[in-house]
Amino acid sequence: MNTVERFNPLDFEPVVIERQVHAISRPSLSYWQDAGRRLRSNWRASASLGIIVGLVAFAIAGPWVWRVDPAAQDIDQISQAPSLPSTALIVEPSVPWAGVTSEPIRAGQAVTELRLAEPATTQTVRLVWEPVLGATGYVIYRSIYDPAPDRALGLPLGDVLGAQRASYEDRLDLDPTRYWYSVVVLDASRAEQDAYTTLVVDVVRAVSPEEAVARGWASDTAAFGVGDQITLPFHPLGTDYLGRDMLARLAYGARVSLFIGVVAPLVFVLIGIVYGSIAGFVGGRVDQLLMRFAEFVIALPFLLFMILFKIAFGIGPGESGVFPMLVALVILDWPPTARLVRGQILQIRQEGYVSASQLLGAKTGYLVFRHMIPNTLGVILVTLTFAVPSAIFTEAFLSFIGMGVAPPTASWGSMANEGIRTMLPHPHELIFPAVFISIAVLAFNLLGDGLRDALDVRMRGRE
Amino acid sequence: MLTYTLKRVVQGIVTVWFIATATFVAMHAVPGDPLANQRATTEQIRQNLQARYGLDRPLIEQYGIFIGNTLQGDFGISFTQANRRVNDIIFESFPVSATLGVLAVVFAAFGGVVWGALTAIYRNRLPDHIITFLVILGISVPSFVVAALGQLALVDINAWLGFSLLPVAGWGSVRHMIVPSMVLGLGTMAYLTRLMRSSMLEITGSDFIRTARAKGLPSTRIFLKHQLRNAILPVVTVLGPAIAAITTGGFVVELVFAIPGLGRSFVQSVQQLDYTVIMGTTVFYGAFLVFMVIVVDLLYGLIDPRVRLE
Repeated sequence: MNTVERFNPLDFEPVVIERQVHAISRPSLSYWQDAGRRLRSNWRASASLGIIVGLVAFAIAGPWVWRVDPAAQDIDQISQAPSLPSTALIVEPSVPWAGVTSEPIRAGQAVTELRLAEPATTQTVRLVWEPVLGATGYVIYRSIYDPAPDRALGLPLGDVLGAQRASYEDRLDLDPTRYWYSVVVLDASRAEQDAYTTLVVDVVRAVSPEEAVARGWASDTAAFGVGDQITLPFHPLGTDYLGRDMLARLAYGARVSLFIGVVAPLVFVLIGIVYGSIAGFVGGRVDQLLMRFAEFVIALPFLLFMILFKIAFGIGPGESGVFPMLVALVILDWPPTARLVRGQILQIRQEGYVSASQLLGAKTGYLVFRHMIPNTLGVILVTLTFAVPSAIFTEAFLSFIGMGVAPPTASWGSMANEGIRTMLPHPHELIFPAVFISIAVLAFNLLGDGLRDALDVRMRGRE
Repeated sequence: MLTYTLKRVVQGIVTVWFIATATFVAMHAVPGDPLANQRATTEQIRQNLQARYGLDRPLIEQYGIFIGNTLQGDFGISFTQANRRVNDIIFESFPVSATLGVLAVVFAAFGGVVWGALTAIYRNRLPDHIITFLVILGISVPSFVVAALGQLALVDINAWLGFSLLPVAGWGSVRHMIVPSMVLGLGTMAYLTRLMRSSMLEITGSDFIRTARAKGLPSTRIFLKHQLRNAILPVVTVLGPAIAAITTGGFVVELVFAIPGLGRSFVQSVQQLDYTVIMGTTVFYGAFLVFMVIVVDLLYGLIDPRVRLE
């Protein structure tokens, strides 16, 4: 008791607490800011995002900038390779040619002085030569390769019978390229000689004024005269097997393919979220029933039912077939998202912060919008990103086997389907759409990988 | 184990019933008349045909007949190929598809394990980068492009060699099977390579590998017995879905390489609206897939004792 008396309050002074506050060296980042930062530092994902933006811009702006009708056919320019703008020479309309006959003066195995009677154009190539004594006729061949090494003379165009005949007119499907014309002599028994004479001809693209107007290359025949050059419609990526512009079709095809690829996943992911949330929240018997049904839908053989539903919805005349494909994709593809969301909801419900929030009086709606949805959003976003390439694949696949969009609607898949028929002589018709499909799928896959890594908290600091 | 198997089989049968019902509903929602393509169109013939295919009955009765016949394994008679039973069509073309599919799965699984293990061994070195790049390419290029390019390459190779190394299309001998099954398995192989790589890397970092090293086991033994065996397990799990993916990819490969398999006959029957063939093929395919997945799941339980089958 006495001891207490010995203390004087004045002897005491408050201890100054020297608190050393940890300086926060980095700015505080929210989950999404952090994810965004990590996504940006992943060069593959960033590049993919750039490619996707580029593809979307191509799909939206392409048909505005490149105003060529993707369904317009040009029979004169089918399966053109990618090229620079080409021109055509204006010539007189072609008139029938009687040909040339002359008396043979020399004997020999092959004709001599094979030459052109007039400049070779895509209208006509007129060959003349010095006939051979004792010949009964001549066979004319045309090739796009040099026949020299192994006597590969090419296409037999026709024969002219009679020793005096000394000319041939070729009007058969002439392209503005280089041809090798060969003339072979027929002997007395009308057998072909081994020897031949070859002439290399560079054919020039030419049209008559009337033809140019009829094809819509010029508005008026008075605007130009014979000998002028006119510019032809420009096909920077070439044309397909019906002469339709590849660039325009690729741009319109991008619209169709990306529309299906993006809209279908958006719809079925949304349906999956609603379905999965209901199953996860209500639980019990309803949950079991809903999930059992989802398992049934998963068990359906996907492509078979894609095709079945697609024909069940049918395509009327003049319709593109995009909508039935969209509906079929949505009907078949929602269950994985529903299962995922249900699992997430069941997991989050167990978390301490949800119980705490409930204890503080939070209502179900608040729980859903404050806790459940933000916490599942990352997983859903990743699912969505991976769903896009598989939808693009499905569209391409269906169009490829002829069950997709109806012609003349262009999609990358239908273009590849048409391109595969002319794959050997004109590979560009297959390669362009295939490259677009591959790039789009690749970009979405890499972006999905990046998103998954960026949104996964366990990956933090592991770069 | 037995109860689990039984449960799975019963579930599988219910699933097949669901597939059959969905097919029936979808086919009866198709606009148009299955007899519209028939040449003989007098009323009497039409009625006879309808009676033959049971199309004059009420829908619910048709459904009953369809399910009853399906239970007996009878899919009826083709609409377009005169007097051919759908069963015959399936049993002619299915072995072809199955051979192609099995070869593709073997190729994909083997390639996936080998390449995946290689990338893990050479982690972040040149072989890893090259294989990873090829894998990404394999996942992103559609199967029909791979098929077309494969065929194109084969044409060039044959032309360059001057004789036919491998046939470009068709079916019949082992030589016909090599290129199509490789093309078919390529996408799955890329996917499995990726899976194998990550599972190898996970295993390599685990404690028991370090223990094995510390014990002084030779590295080949560690690799074969400890790493590879454990890393293969996840690959086996996805084989079920992989088989499904390969059978669907088979459609394209069969079309491109002109192989008379089930996928090609399905596509043809859809184009000709051959109702019974479409329904029979779908139910058969669906049942096949469902039971393949069950078999793979059961096998997985046998391979990995840690997996408890409830």
